[in-house]
Amino acid sequence: MSRAVRFAPLALLLAIIAALVWRLATPTDTNVHSTLEGKPVPAFDLPAIIPGKPALSSAHLATGQPHLVNVFASWCVPCITEVKVLQALKQRGVHVDGIAVRDRTADLADFLARNGDPYERIGSDAQSQVQISLGSSGVPESFVVDGKGVIRYQQIGPIEASDIPTILSQLGRAR
Amino acid sequence: MKRLLLLATLFLAQPLLADSNLPPAYWSERQLPDPRQEAEAQALMEQLRCLVCQGQSIADSDAELAGDMRDLVRRRIAAGEKPDAIRAWLIQRYGTWISYKPTDEPAAWPLWLAPIALLLVGGWLIRRRITVRRS
Amino acid sequence: MIAETGLAALWLAAGLAGLQFVLMIASLRSGAEVRGAMRSIAIVQGALTLLAFAMLLLVFARSDMSVALVFENSNSAKPFIYKLAGTWGNHEGSMLMWVTILAVAGAFVAILAHRTSERTLTAALGAQAVLALGFYAFLLFASNPFARLWPAPEDGRGLNPLLQDPGLAFHPPTLYLGYVGLSVAFSFAVGALLTGEVDSRLARAMRPWVLGAWILLTLGITAGSYWAYYELGWGGYWFWDPVENASLMPWLAATALLHSINVLAARGALKAWTMMLAVIAFSMSMVGTFLVRSGILTSVHAFAIDPQRGTFLLALLAIYVGAAFTLFALRAPSLKEGAPFELVSRESGLVINNLILSVILGVVFVGTLYPLFVEALSGEKLSVGAPYFDAVAGPLALLLAVLVGAGPLIAWRRERRPVFKQLAIPALLGATALAITIILWPEMRILPRLGFLIAAYLAAASILPLVGRNPLRAPLATWGMVVAHFGIAVALVGMAANAAFTSERLVVDKPGEILSVGPWAVTLASVTPTAGKNYTAIEAELRAARGNDLITLSPETRYYSDPPTETNESAIRTFWNGQLYTVVGKQDVSGAWQLRLWWKPFVTLIWAGGALIAIGGALALLGRFWRPLRRRMISARERRSRRYA
Repeated sequence: MSRAVRFAPLALLLAIIAALVWRLATPTDTNVHSTLEGKPVPAFDLPAIIPGKPALSSAHLATGQPHLVNVFASWCVPCITEVKVLQALKQRGVHVDGIAVRDRTADLADFLARNGDPYERIGSDAQSQVQISLGSSGVPESFVVDGKGVIRYQQIGPIEASDIPTILSQLGRAR
Repeated sequence: MKRLLLLATLFLAQPLLADSNLPPAYWSERQLPDPRQEAEAQALMEQLRCLVCQGQSIADSDAELAGDMRDLVRRRIAAGEKPDAIRAWLIQRYGTWISYKPTDEPAAWPLWLAPIALLLVGGWLIRRRITVRRS
Repeated sequence: MIAETGLAALWLAAGLAGLQFVLMIASLRSGAEVRGAMRSIAIVQGALTLLAFAMLLLVFARSDMSVALVFENSNSAKPFIYKLAGTWGNHEGSMLMWVTILAVAGAFVAILAHRTSERTLTAALGAQAVLALGFYAFLLFASNPFARLWPAPEDGRGLNPLLQDPGLAFHPPTLYLGYVGLSVAFSFAVGALLTGEVDSRLARAMRPWVLGAWILLTLGITAGSYWAYYELGWGGYWFWDPVENASLMPWLAATALLHSINVLAARGALKAWTMMLAVIAFSMSMVGTFLVRSGILTSVHAFAIDPQRGTFLLALLAIYVGAAFTLFALRAPSLKEGAPFELVSRESGLVINNLILSVILGVVFVGTLYPLFVEALSGEKLSVGAPYFDAVAGPLALLLAVLVGAGPLIAWRRERRPVFKQLAIPALLGATALAITIILWPEMRILPRLGFLIAAYLAAASILPLVGRNPLRAPLATWGMVVAHFGIAVALVGMAANAAFTSERLVVDKPGEILSVGPWAVTLASVTPTAGKNYTAIEAELRAARGNDLITLSPETRYYSDPPTETNESAIRTFWNGQLYTVVGKQDVSGAWQLRLWWKPFVTLIWAGGALIAIGGALALLGRFWRPLRRRMISARERRSRRYA
């Protein structure tokens, strides 16, 4: 048996161990990111869910101003604390729009009354169809959309206070 | 009577799950009336990965988002769209991660070459073990 | 007190394992006479670890919440069997079970093994102790099952409801006995490589251990498949999930090892290959343990996402497998292989069998780890699942099944008879089956059709070794081979039938509407709330009718509170020709209920086949012990008859 064949299993083992060590060392990002960053928002037209609050469609996202589109729901627990951060962003002049996934009017109205309402518009996505077309895989997620309707940045998970600078800079770049 | 009341209260108490309060989408739990279309849809659903599960296809998952994706697949197949087009549409949004069937991109070639390579290597290793004696 | 006893026993056992390691080195270097000591220490080590495991069982049985593990994984409201089975339904407990089997296996080798030379046996026991040492360290320093919690809480967090099932009592212990049983093969291989005594004597000594581990692994995988089938609620039985693959890979290696060991035992050939397989089989077990507990691959089965523990296990893996591979590389030149085999001979057939099994093993390995490699090299995330594995492993397995029909008919050394004439009848049966499927079910897909063809052929071919001789005089080993190979055909029929004939109905139904699934007419009679010991549920009552059969099924959706989970309890009824599988889901806006109904003809053959394969192995194992027993009985009878002659 030649030396190459005899030592091949060992060599293979070392390569595999190296890959596994790398895997353990680098923290895994188990989130599935949308691949639409840099691409235009897919066309959609969602109905209103709160009486008096205008509905949301993709046309509203291409009016020259950057928008922060927040995919959320009243049954989503981390969304409760996120609303405060969104309020802070709104006070800095950010246009915050909401897509309510699988939600009911009564529950959503109750949620907004209890936690605050930073949204200029809210569209109702009763069967997650727009959520899927955006490449979003859960709630809450947020998308920075520029004035021409192109998605510039995706935030997976709730926006925390420490994320505000990032969001603001992304919005700034999206002008 | 008391026991019945207890049962009723337990029944009505909602479990602490991160689930919406809306019922499942129409086509997430119903088969398409045309059996051939349903078979096409089923085959595609078994190849699409559930976004919120620990490694299951959307065909085998109880998650709500998986149900909504099943609804999407069935509606589009019923409308006449080809399974490959639907898969491509989803890959456009989620990347190749969402397809359990490896695509024909270069990153997946080693997967298909692996069995051939292994057979060749194995065959080469045993070449001296077997002779064809001409007697 | 009980927990401390267990912990102390574990420390003592670890110390003894260390002692065995020292003794082995001494024996190898200076030829010191240690065999008596080695055996005794191995036995005591096994006993101590068994004691530690018994102590853990005891604290779980008593729901002793002062032990952190019990608090996190158990609850006083649980039924007693799940309190016990919950001992191994978590990372630390299952790891302790792993180590216990490792140590106890070493003890049994010390007691029972008598065919190897003392030198090799000492080296093998030493290797087994070294294996145990690393895992003792892992337990004692990184996964202490006996850690205390102070103050002791009132009650525990409970066991994951998916695990509160008889499957938990059976599947992990059987699987672990199989996984860790392969460590004996590993240790023998390492021991023999150290002493240079790789020969047919070693093969005959190793064979019963490999057979035993393989039988248990087969049973464990079959049981796991059936558990997933009825628990997950969608009728699937194999998902190519990374953890399932982690159990399949040792099984593939062990099957190859089982066959090549026969060549080593009979002809003294394939030395290097058999030793390599013995090392690979247990290495795959360790890889499996690592994958499940490190969190690097997502899986429904993963039960410890802890990169730190993963690193420890990876280090153990690297040391053990690396050392074994290095030893192999260094000692391989001294393994003298004999003359090459004839093309048409049993040996060649087994070499080809090994080749195909190894390629399947390689493909499963590559497919499981590939997403990891791609992400490491390019950052891209891709998924490898059933479509890949089915497409690649499926045809290879079918090819293997064809060869399995022919192999047992070929003689050792050189086959002079025309073997293929013997296969004429099986081939004819296969062709008939194919014709029947084409005529009756023209729209069947190609893969199930091939499955039926090959299953019919193999069912007939596997019986041929018994034809033309008195079956009662055939050795048990031959019976074992026949039954196991026949079992493959049976499982294949089940899989093909499941793929080709399953009828599925997914509906949203109101009470009173009649649905048809296969030959059955099913009605939803009512949906009522109900409760169990630690859950509430909604239970659907379904009435199903087929011809004169009238049955009631009650699928449930259960809501547990500790931890809060929702599970589906499917209601399945088994008949001679299939299973009626029913699941109830959620309620629609209109008040109607989701129902999932399947009629799966002959699906139980899948697991019946698996059981037959294991039974075949058991017969072969029995045969090893039966022959010397029978010989003693025959000679006793002859002595008696001579007295009266």
